[in-house]
Amino acid sequence: MPQANPRIDALVTSNDVVLFMKGTALFPQCGFSSRAISILDHLGVGYETVDVLQDAEIRQGIKDYSDWPTVPQLYVKGEFVGGSDIMMEMYEAGELQTLLTEKQVAKA
Amino acid sequence: MAMAAADIEALIQAGIPDARIEITDLAGDGNHYAARVVSETFRGLPRVRQHQRVYESLGGRMGGELHALQLTTASPD
Repeated sequence: MPQANPRIDALVTSNDVVLFMKGTALFPQCGFSSRAISILDHLGVGYETVDVLQDAEIRQGIKDYSDWPTVPQLYVKGEFVGGSDIMMEMYEAGELQTLLTEKQVAKA
Repeated sequence: MAMAAADIEALIQAGIPDARIEITDLAGDGNHYAARVVSETFRGLPRVRQHQRVYESLGGRMGGELHALQLTTASPD
């Protein structure tokens, strides 16, 4: 079951697009996080990243919060979208672009 | 830490009895897999819920014992 977490609430509601990942956008520390960053860069939207390797509380917290066992995790306007596999499937189907347009996320 | 492809398949099959499962060992190291899982029970479910069903059947191994599982899910055509 998803678990409440005020810190994560604040992160996902104060940023339109936020990626919880291992490493940073410039230096991803895992292939899945790297793939998620590539997708976001292709989409050309502004996004924030949170490096879970720098914060043990968030690293476990985000898994409980989303009821999702792995990182990266993408949130758009406070809503959990999925991990890198779902991002890739949605990107290839054009659904991620549609979602961002529908949610009125600004281009970077 | 690693898991055999057959173990992954057996766990998913037990959790989702009607599933058709294809597992590919991506790196040949017993540690990086891709799985495609097709089940009638996924029909109408959002992708996040479909993946969660697979993760549930892996009983907490995902993200631990099983580091890298690239997952795609679908309902039958």
